[in-house]
Amino acid sequence: MKFDKRTVLKSEIPTAAMPDIIFMLLVFFMVTTVLREFEGLPIALPSATKIEKLESKRNTTHIWVNKVGLVSIDDKRVPIQAVKNVMYVKISENPKLTTSLKVDKETTMRIITDLHSELRAASALKVNYSAKTRAG
Amino acid sequence: MLKRQKAKLKEIPSSSMADIAFLLLVFFLVTTTISMDKGIGLVLPASDEEIEVNPKNITKVLIDASGRVMLDEEQVPLNQLKGKIKNMIARNDKLIVSVKPHPKTKHQSYVDVLDQLKQAGATRISIAEPDQ
Repeated sequence: MKFDKRTVLKSEIPTAAMPDIIFMLLVFFMVTTVLREFEGLPIALPSATKIEKLESKRNTTHIWVNKVGLVSIDDKRVPIQAVKNVMYVKISENPKLTTSLKVDKETTMRIITDLHSELRAASALKVNYSAKTRAG
Repeated sequence: MLKRQKAKLKEIPSSSMADIAFLLLVFFLVTTTISMDKGIGLVLPASDEEIEVNPKNITKVLIDASGRVMLDEEQVPLNQLKGKIKNMIARNDKLIVSVKPHPKTKHQSYVDVLDQLKQAGATRISIAEPDQ
């Protein structure tokens, strides 16, 4: 008697679970995506070595300051004297707010000091000076 | 009697499901911007906060308009600031570094100094307002 017990080798990759895998990836990206919201002002960021990452995008407000002292908070142009009021509203909505200062490297400290006093008056005390990683 | 009823399809065709999902996936991959917000963190003092500090625990770092650095009345090259501050903190861990820039100091010089202080491990950094 002859036994035919050779196993038939399947040469195809099973694709039935493919949509599930793709959907899982899709859901991951949908959840993690935060769409770019703001354009800001054209600035050249300073560079630094010891750089920290900001904790969360959702707890961050961006303030752009260019070298002539134009200020933009989340894409709204604001005179520097009005930063206090704008930030006060934002801080009362979210007390965990960190202010990311995107300041041009040519901006003078006079402008930044004014900005500091506005932020202090609004009790927006957590700031982060945006910087690029220095090469080398 | 003629039975010509068509067999009705009762299932939604799912063979193109993967393609649809792929398309959506590619859309999200392309639009995702990975958070690139990096920088030097600092906590400003509250506006009504004034603490008396022992002058022994303060060291002053002055920055002039062209970015030169002065540490306690002595000019220091920027790349040596880190080492000097590190030594000072090793001697006195309550040390507060007070950074005082000139009104015309460029932001880059200020970030450079903060960077050096952070590298030296200084956690107590105070920003003095420049004389207007």
